[in-house]
Amino acid sequence: MIVAKGLWVGRAWLALVYAFLYAPLLYMVVFSFNSTRQDARHTGFSWRWYEALLNDTKLVDGFWLSLQVATLTGLLSVVVGTFAAYVLVRYRRFGGRSLFAGMAHAPLVMPEVVVGLSLLLLMVGIQTLLGWPERGVLTIVIGHTLLGSAYAMVVIQARLSEMDRRTEEAAMDLGARPYQVFMLVTLPNMTQALVAAFLLAFTLSFDDVVIAEFLSGPGVNTLPQVVFGYARRGINPTVFAAATLLMLIVTTAAVAYSVWVWRRSRRRADEAKRALAA
Amino acid sequence: MTRLAAILGRGWMGRPLVIAVPSVWLALFFLAPFAIMFYISWVDMGNDILPFKPLWDEASGVLRLRFDNYTSLWRSDQGHWFDTLYVDAYLRSVWYAALSACICLLVGYPFAYAMTRADARWRPLLLLMVMLPFWTSLLLRVYAWKGLLADQGMVNQVLLFLGLVQTAPVLLYTDVSLLVGMAYVYLPFMVLPLYAALSKQNPQWLEAAYDLGCTPWRAFWIVTVPLSWRGIGAGMILVFVPSLGEFVIPSLLGGPENLMIGRVLWDEMFTANNWPRASALATVMVLAIVVPLVWYARVAAKDDRG
Repeated sequence: MIVAKGLWVGRAWLALVYAFLYAPLLYMVVFSFNSTRQDARHTGFSWRWYEALLNDTKLVDGFWLSLQVATLTGLLSVVVGTFAAYVLVRYRRFGGRSLFAGMAHAPLVMPEVVVGLSLLLLMVGIQTLLGWPERGVLTIVIGHTLLGSAYAMVVIQARLSEMDRRTEEAAMDLGARPYQVFMLVTLPNMTQALVAAFLLAFTLSFDDVVIAEFLSGPGVNTLPQVVFGYARRGINPTVFAAATLLMLIVTTAAVAYSVWVWRRSRRRADEAKRALAA
Repeated sequence: MTRLAAILGRGWMGRPLVIAVPSVWLALFFLAPFAIMFYISWVDMGNDILPFKPLWDEASGVLRLRFDNYTSLWRSDQGHWFDTLYVDAYLRSVWYAALSACICLLVGYPFAYAMTRADARWRPLLLLMVMLPFWTSLLLRVYAWKGLLADQGMVNQVLLFLGLVQTAPVLLYTDVSLLVGMAYVYLPFMVLPLYAALSKQNPQWLEAAYDLGCTPWRAFWIVTVPLSWRGIGAGMILVFVPSLGEFVIPSLLGGPENLMIGRVLWDEMFTANNWPRASALATVMVLAIVVPLVWYARVAAKDDRG
């Protein structure tokens, strides 16, 4: 009796909190189709904000720039994150290991404003000394990768430390060099973690406004920077239209990714079954 | 290529190389920026292309080490201690971050608990649904709250409809909107570690408590909650730490009364153009975050061993 009542309360709480989590998303979808600028009352269906979005060169340019920055950040983060994770998992003892571990994890807890400020000071310093690089895509990518690679490292580290080392040892026994083992055995065994790390770093970069505000130069504005500029001036349904399209892309990608993972695991299971039967 | 492969092939050469790559990256883009920031926090303001003067003045051969970048954070122009914009903003940030963490815990604990009690088939979906909003831009979700919390907005309409208020209160640009925004953004950071901790608990522990005559309510408090303290600790930290330096949420949902330290740093850098003081402030912020975290890591490590 008590358990049943508890169950009911628990379910009500789940529903309420999910409503809280999804209310803003629903709100943006509904009001992106509003016929007026009203932010509280739906006055009728229209596509006008989507048309406005297509004609808004700032938002469209920002989107392409963010896509570029986030892709570069994702790739670079996976490379740096893989190196860092490999060092932390496989090399248990070397001079300065705890310093290395501390530095590698630190960007996870540093306030973004501090990361942005310190990197800006570095970039200004390098620029005064060498006259390069101009603040723009490259500096933003470096800033985002500092954060993204730390997250990528955590994901890859988790996969590396649970990996069965016997397959690698078998490859080594068969005469593979360490780098061959890494390329032919270790890397293919953590594809999923690499993809997850890429997506995490990509999302972080695509979402970040603070570091981009510190490190971008004049005329270089990522999508979040443009949105942030609009947001401080009040409600603009064009942004809701952009948000709705982004949500559509993300949801599609998330579903596609889950299907891919599910198919992969099923194929693996099938192969294992066939191998056992043979 | 084969030569490189041969060099890499020998273990003694590959290992330092693998360690060197991320070390150089971190030294260049993590350590060096902090060193520069620390250096600038001790120098004089200037009005050159770079708005600060070097520590060592070559012309006069004088070392100009400035302490007042730091002291001015604590001491007002009238000479009163701890009566500055910076101290106020910092204490306010700690207060809001702590409140956000508590709200997330109060909302998130029953939520995570209910998730672990749900049908096993539904759990992956429930978990996915917690993480899904995280993949849509934080900025956009916070922006939407601006519309929801407006004077004539949906939240006020619901409150009026339910008869909870007689006249629509002002919610936007107050403590309320700021805390709603922070709790909203950071709730998943609380729920995920709590869920991980709670779903690892063996149901037999609870059954043992019941067998010994415990009521479910009492068993919850003396078995479930104490055994999940690591999840609670992790969740509190994951909410508290990023809330402390939060910049976007107070900029969009907070008013002038809710000035937080991240914004103060920004203004010091770009409005006042006082790079040395901004650097000093950032250095203090790093210390204020690193010290409690190292303390927590120590406690957690001791708990692991004990």
